[in-house]
Amino acid sequence: MSGYNVVGQRVPKLDAAQKAMGRAEYIQDVRLPGMLFGKILYSRHAHARITAMDISKARALPGVHAVLTGKDIPSKMRMGFYKDNPPLKADKVCCFRDEIAAVAAVSEAVAKKAVSLIEVEYEPLPAVFDPEAAMEKNAPLVHEAHKSNVLKLPWKLHYGDVEAADKASAYVVEDRFTTTWVTHCCLSTSGAVALFDASDNLTVYSNTQIPSLAQKDFLETLGAMGLKGKRVRVIKPVIGGGFGSKLDTYAYEHIAILLAHKCRKPVKILFDRKEEFEATSTRQPTVIYIRQGCDKEGHLTFRDIRMVLDNGGRTSWGATTPSVMMMPITSLYRVPNVRYDAKCVYTNNTYAQAMRGYGNPQATFAIESCMDMLAQKAGIDPVAFRRINQNEPGDVTPQGFKITSCGLAQCIDAVEKELTQGRPLEEGEGIGYASLIHVGGGARIYKSDGCGAILKMDDYGRVDIFTGGTDMGQGLDNMIAQIVAEELGLLAEDINVVHTDTDVCPWDVGAHASRSTFVAGNAALWAARRAKQTLLAFGAKLFEVAPEDLVMENRTVSVKNDPEKTMPVDKLLRKAHFSPGGTMLMADYFYDPPNENMGKDFKCNLSVTYSFGVHGVRVHVDKETGKVTVKNYVAAHDVGRAINPMLLEGQVYGGVIMGLGYALSEEVMIKEGQIRNPNFRDYKLFTAKDAVPIKAPVIETHDPDGPFGAKGIGEPGCVPTAPAVANAIYQAVGVRIKDLPITPEKVLAAILKQSKGS
Amino acid sequence: MTKTISFILNGDEISCDIQDHWTLLHLLREELGLIGTKEGCGNGECGACTVIVDQLAVNSCLYLAADVQGKQVQTIEGLAVHTGSLHPIQQSFVDNGGIQCGFCTPGMIMSAKALLDKDPKADQEAVKHALAGNICRCTGYVQILDSVAAAGRQMAKNQGEGAAAAKDPGTITQQSMNKKAGEVIT
Ligand code: FES
Ligand code: FES
Repeated sequence: MSGYNVVGQRVPKLDAAQKAMGRAEYIQDVRLPGMLFGKILYSRHAHARITAMDISKARALPGVHAVLTGKDIPSKMRMGFYKDNPPLKADKVCCFRDEIAAVAAVSEAVAKKAVSLIEVEYEPLPAVFDPEAAMEKNAPLVHEAHKSNVLKLPWKLHYGDVEAADKASAYVVEDRFTTTWVTHCCLSTSGAVALFDASDNLTVYSNTQIPSLAQKDFLETLGAMGLKGKRVRVIKPVIGGGFGSKLDTYAYEHIAILLAHKCRKPVKILFDRKEEFEATSTRQPTVIYIRQGCDKEGHLTFRDIRMVLDNGGRTSWGATTPSVMMMPITSLYRVPNVRYDAKCVYTNNTYAQAMRGYGNPQATFAIESCMDMLAQKAGIDPVAFRRINQNEPGDVTPQGFKITSCGLAQCIDAVEKELTQGRPLEEGEGIGYASLIHVGGGARIYKSDGCGAILKMDDYGRVDIFTGGTDMGQGLDNMIAQIVAEELGLLAEDINVVHTDTDVCPWDVGAHASRSTFVAGNAALWAARRAKQTLLAFGAKLFEVAPEDLVMENRTVSVKNDPEKTMPVDKLLRKAHFSPGGTMLMADYFYDPPNENMGKDFKCNLSVTYSFGVHGVRVHVDKETGKVTVKNYVAAHDVGRAINPMLLEGQVYGGVIMGLGYALSEEVMIKEGQIRNPNFRDYKLFTAKDAVPIKAPVIETHDPDGPFGAKGIGEPGCVPTAPAVANAIYQAVGVRIKDLPITPEKVLAAILKQSKGS
Repeated sequence: MTKTISFILNGDEISCDIQDHWTLLHLLREELGLIGTKEGCGNGECGACTVIVDQLAVNSCLYLAADVQGKQVQTIEGLAVHTGSLHPIQQSFVDNGGIQCGFCTPGMIMSAKALLDKDPKADQEAVKHALAGNICRCTGYVQILDSVAAAGRQMAKNQGEGAAAAKDPGTITQQSMNKKAGEVIT
């Protein structure tokens, strides 16, 4: 037993009952008096010059309040970290999702109609859709002013002497892998409502994962609009799924702001599903060249990876995924020599941003597929091969990661045990394994990796805690409530977690990098400790003992070893409140983990701790059709400690199914820059019918820095899924598929090719 | 074209003016303010908008408002109102981790209810079949299937107890609706 009362309990998600009753309010449900509806006009070409635009008919339509084009917006406005994306494009479009005009009107229907009345003339330009072709000398330039299609980004990490290690290796394999576009498919589509008050202060309702950084982006927009010095308040309605999709601000948010200011009324922009597919960002697609070697005993000797990333027509966070890919490349297993180079290349396709795992699934697909190939070449069992190279506590990896707690070995054991006991393999079946490393204690990708918490207690023993963190369904509300309740000897239901409003919640860098339990959790824990200190100091005076002699448990404060001296917490709080001079219990804390920023060479201890996991899967492959069926799946993770096992399992199950979609079925099909399947009928998500039996063994290594020992687990569930499946398919039928997704057509073609060859 | 329709909504007889082209989803959300029913695609592909019409789970985004004339419509808001406590399916989703972001939840629960009202002992294949049109991006379905199975057991137990209908708020709703339409619960 853990010795804890609330931590470790399967407490239902705090807002589950509200959601079960249909009372939770999402962006769809936000409705303000006098609200107008905005609609956006997108490009009809992948690459073209806009030669003329006529908005007169749209403007004349009754009910239309404003029409904006790229010429009407402040010329300085640019979105994204590479600043190559004005919210409305004036002269030129670089991809089909480029926004070129927007309308605000009294209803959605009128806004839609108005958008359809805008007449645009284009002069189509030669386009480029393949990133490797876009690197060639005479390729059309996506952004002429940039002079080259290759972005000026420094993705390069070298450690040791790869060439010497390559020469000295007993076994070497090399290959090319590709991963394609997939998208988040949050069940709630995106949207925002913007409004200005009489003094030009702005409020934005948005289902963002980055309230504080969104606030900063919106302040920049206000600055460009000549409204410097005004305030921005960001309110998050209940978020219907995030998975990274809401980690950057989007054009629609900035357009809603521009329209709201122009109309002097609240303006709402809400995406329909087609728009959600076409105008939100994807996972970053990659072309990966990998070469990896080992010695006679199976110790990895080097890993050499070169990547080309299709950056699409504009730049969002997708272009920074190589920074996270460096993590598995340098630090998954002990590998003494590493070389990694990546290029992001403009094309006229859509563009990518963050998606659960942030580049880790792509890199791990190549690494772990290649691990099996290398094990085979060396004549070593794949599981044994992984054990030979497994990370251990105390390791310092080539990137400079200091591994503290590490349960990779236990994860391998747990998965192997689950998968190999019981039913023997049948004809056409195979088992595959793949491991993962991920940041478990945040990741310093910004100047601060911190999160604030403000806590107050009322006269009735209840807590309100205001966190900078964001719950988008993953369960941060419970993490905070359970951590605070444990520390203060209360129940989870005594804790009200507020995370919806930048006017009252402190700063946080955002819900990414599986960091919220660790960082927001630690901030909450320390705020609770401070509150407890104050309360116990008061109690100590009352009971005439030292504060150390007091315990808070079961909603009471009592003197250790003296059952007579005890008082319910609410009574003590009232005593403190109403005694002369009065004390109200309030405390705050800003926790910024000692994570290091990446230096020029990208070497640093990016996170104070790392999460590990091993996935194993048994598949059946139908040799006639190429269809792959997942028979059962085991995903073991070193999570430090499970604050709430039920919600933790939910993260793993959800991640695994998302990962299986990535492995087997999901693909945003893009032809000449245009998305061909912007709907759930043709974009193949797993449904309840495809549900898979999943086991999720939890390895608890009690991380020294985590709140109650916990590490992050939001993303790992979908990280090594695809290579585990690919490895299982190889075991089953002897074909290796190197391009995601592994569709029946690809498997069948490989089987046919193989049988022709033999 | 505007016309007036009457139907039973969550046990209450109502009549309202509608436009011919309105969907039931539009009527519920935009005109009647019942925001519990969600729109995930507007195209019959996600199930977030599922409601029960005359005991059948339907996608309200494809169902014409005009077609509910004379029928019984149940939405997520109609499950817990009578006693204030949750319906066993709602409770089970809460208790078993069947809810993360919650956007699929109302539709999931309504699809599950249409099935379990008919057959609380439905096996997993039947449950998967009934939920096949409801997409969930968060949970991977594992805990949703657990939730529905546990709810089925609870509902079967309630039925077995004979007087179950009186204890089960959801069944009360259903019963009062059926009574109004002059039907008998089997
Ligand atoms: S909104 Fe009706 S099925 Fe998706
Ligand atoms: S809980 Fe988010 S879609 Fe199902």
